[in-house]
Amino acid sequence: MKSSRRIFLKSAGLLTIGFCAGIPNSAKSASVFNELPESLKRHPNINAWLEVLANGNVRVFTGKMELGQGIRTAIAQVAAEELDMNINQVEIVLADTARTPDEGYTAGSGSMEQSAMAVRYAAAAAREKLLQLASAKMNLSPAGLSMSNGTVQSRDGKRKMSFSDILNGRQVTDKVDANVNLKSKANYQLVGKAIPRDDISQMTNGRYEYVHDLRFPGMVHARVVRPPSYGASLESVDENYVRTKADLIKIVREGSFVGVIANEEYAAMQAQQALRWSCKWSADPFRGSTESIPAYLEQLPASSEKVHEQGRIAAQSFQHSAKYFKPYIMHGSIGPSCAVALFKDGNLHLWTHSQGVFPLREAVSRMVGIDEEKIRITGVPGSGCYGHNGADDVAAEAALLAISFPGVHVRLQWTREDEHLWEPYGSAMIMQVSANMQNGLITEWVYSVRSDNHSTRPGGKANNLLPSRYLDRGFDAPAGGYSGGAYRNSQPYYRIPNQQVYAHLFRGPLRVSALRSLGAYGNIFAIESFMDELAAASKQDPYLFRLNHLEDPRAVEVVKKLRELVPKAETIRGEGIGIAFSRYKNSAAYCAVAAQVAVDEKTRKVKVKKMWAVIDAGEVINLDGVINQTEGGMIQAASWTLMEQVQFSGNKVTSDGWGSYPIMRFSDVPEVYVEVIPQPEQEVLGAGEAAQGPAGAAIANAVYRASGIRMRDLPLNKNF
Amino acid sequence: MKTFVLKVNGQTHTLEADADTPLLYVLRNQLQLNGPKYGCGMQQCGACMVLINGVAQASCMMPVSSVDTSSITTIEGLETKKGKMHAVQEAFVIEQAAQCGFCLNGMVISAVALLQEIPSPDDEQIRIALDRSLCRCGSHARILRAVKRAAKI
Repeated sequence: MKSSRRIFLKSAGLLTIGFCAGIPNSAKSASVFNELPESLKRHPNINAWLEVLANGNVRVFTGKMELGQGIRTAIAQVAAEELDMNINQVEIVLADTARTPDEGYTAGSGSMEQSAMAVRYAAAAAREKLLQLASAKMNLSPAGLSMSNGTVQSRDGKRKMSFSDILNGRQVTDKVDANVNLKSKANYQLVGKAIPRDDISQMTNGRYEYVHDLRFPGMVHARVVRPPSYGASLESVDENYVRTKADLIKIVREGSFVGVIANEEYAAMQAQQALRWSCKWSADPFRGSTESIPAYLEQLPASSEKVHEQGRIAAQSFQHSAKYFKPYIMHGSIGPSCAVALFKDGNLHLWTHSQGVFPLREAVSRMVGIDEEKIRITGVPGSGCYGHNGADDVAAEAALLAISFPGVHVRLQWTREDEHLWEPYGSAMIMQVSANMQNGLITEWVYSVRSDNHSTRPGGKANNLLPSRYLDRGFDAPAGGYSGGAYRNSQPYYRIPNQQVYAHLFRGPLRVSALRSLGAYGNIFAIESFMDELAAASKQDPYLFRLNHLEDPRAVEVVKKLRELVPKAETIRGEGIGIAFSRYKNSAAYCAVAAQVAVDEKTRKVKVKKMWAVIDAGEVINLDGVINQTEGGMIQAASWTLMEQVQFSGNKVTSDGWGSYPIMRFSDVPEVYVEVIPQPEQEVLGAGEAAQGPAGAAIANAVYRASGIRMRDLPLNKNF
Repeated sequence: MKTFVLKVNGQTHTLEADADTPLLYVLRNQLQLNGPKYGCGMQQCGACMVLINGVAQASCMMPVSSVDTSSITTIEGLETKKGKMHAVQEAFVIEQAAQCGFCLNGMVISAVALLQEIPSPDDEQIRIALDRSLCRCGSHARILRAVKRAAKI
């Protein structure tokens, strides 16, 4: 392979250029490190990212949110590393419109790639500046100084100044220079290691504060009642009935938005129950049902685009074809969404577990008609979200309630039913693939994915906030969202000379948005299942078949490593091991997964017994963070693959709780094993979404090995 | 409203509440014990678990009137008075057995109850004991390791 070869990859809906193969480390590093992270380009000043506290400790500001990925520890590691501090001397402030840089959404596995890298540069620049200032104050050359634990000292140790003494009440406000000297990776003490997260100890004693746990003096509690289906509107409310049933402060109603506010949370719950009984809603037309869904989606009008073309497809017919289906699935956060809002003296303050406080502020501003400068949004961790769940919506609803009841904090807690019925789901997808082979290699490949969009995040748009549709303020139905998500990873990462990839985008019956990995899970499920089918059809070993089509050496390495890890013998009747590989977004982390399953001979029920993953996420910041994300990614994907499908019938969703939308419990959870290939000289690649796609396909491929049955429709255990 | 005397984490609290109020809301809103979490309100997810006379139970549907003679322990009450962590808490920290941690209350409470009953449980017994508690992040493998470790502390 030529060392200068470039492969063009579709990523995030834009054409980007990815380098692969054979580029010397030094050249690679230079190309990476002359380019500042986007977050830093937008907020180039050092003090946007960190400040020195009076006690000499450092406070770091990230525009990203803690979603359970351990961002606080990872970012503290990076900052402490560059400044040669103890990690306990670094505190982290999460996304807050009044305090932190605007880093958009905490999404797309970008926390390390963007925020941690911005902090790395800012901390390195702060280090240079601190040494320079200390040098002037001590009258010593910078080379004669060293830095440790928040102080700068002379080499002989006789003279010493703390960071706060050096700055004397000021902060470092210089712009970060792209040529700033970063600490040599050979000298790393913290980065790359499995530094324990200190928030976990607070979680084990109940003292970790989620947005759900915020308590303010005089805070009142709210609940909202929603239409029985997406399209119904509120015709009448018997407010007197509600008042007789609960001790409440007020009923808030505008258009079809209706909620209750009470002093006590239980009173708000009782009022919500009474309100449910006293609301009359308009009828809503038929949309479809779970049973008829693939056929229903096939006949919806779609806009088509050619996502990728390479070489030429000459064939009129194909030796191999298959069609796969992925249903609507839920984020399924364990804690239903929650927010607190305060409207006082014309200013609105929201506390939210949103993934993007800045874009939420813009959208809320439009919805409620209050200038952005008068709105502050503070990020507070919530239950893991895995994408766009009800977090933004509940914050927008809390804002409406607080504006109607100014002066006190209003806490709105969604119910389990609110979250299950109204969160925006991960879209259903139909994937069709055809191929021809010659001499055991794929020569032609035609792929199409049919799907709804994969992100309707607020992004500044009021009509993407759930409550806007209830209001009589002229907000249209949400516009189509981010279509690029549908074809994320739709292009195979294999050497196939002639390829065509199409996307057909419809507007489906259910509310949808970004769910962890967007379309990658469905596309990789299809591509990797089909690769397995082609390997079987041509009687080739599934590892070798993939290796014969891979040219990126890092991809080759993860597949080979997996082969070393996973036992070869499949001696137990009814059991099998399947494998799959992908590179997330075709430009981020590499991950190969194997699954060992048992298939019941009579019922065909699938049980996943064990899963292995090998991941190359580039430079690792927190080793245990990468392992944790990958373990969790496999387990979550096993649940999606085996059991999950949003049920709906007629005009409404019927998956209203864990009974009607079960997820994997302990009795079914597989053993998991993760191996990380560290690449300290490479770019950091987010690890949060690498495992889901290959995990799903590995399970389906294992089912084939165990039973000879090729399952192409998800979920695999839909009949149980 | 009625007056109740609750024994929680070794302390006695006198409070006013509607007799039907589920224990969860009394703990969180009146006693500022936010460890137990609201997850589903239907005893299906385990996020709200507390120990009632040593037994792990969901508190989201349990009327406060039914527990006024019981000894209630929440996750906040597992540490010793001197602040030493319970073996289960220590093991969860060592194993880093969480991502978002929202389910952790139920996991820790269930594990404490299990180990009181079966000091050295096998894998199957742990899975059964924790089966009521849902985790969405996929931290199960770590949680299983943590409970096994706690049994040895």
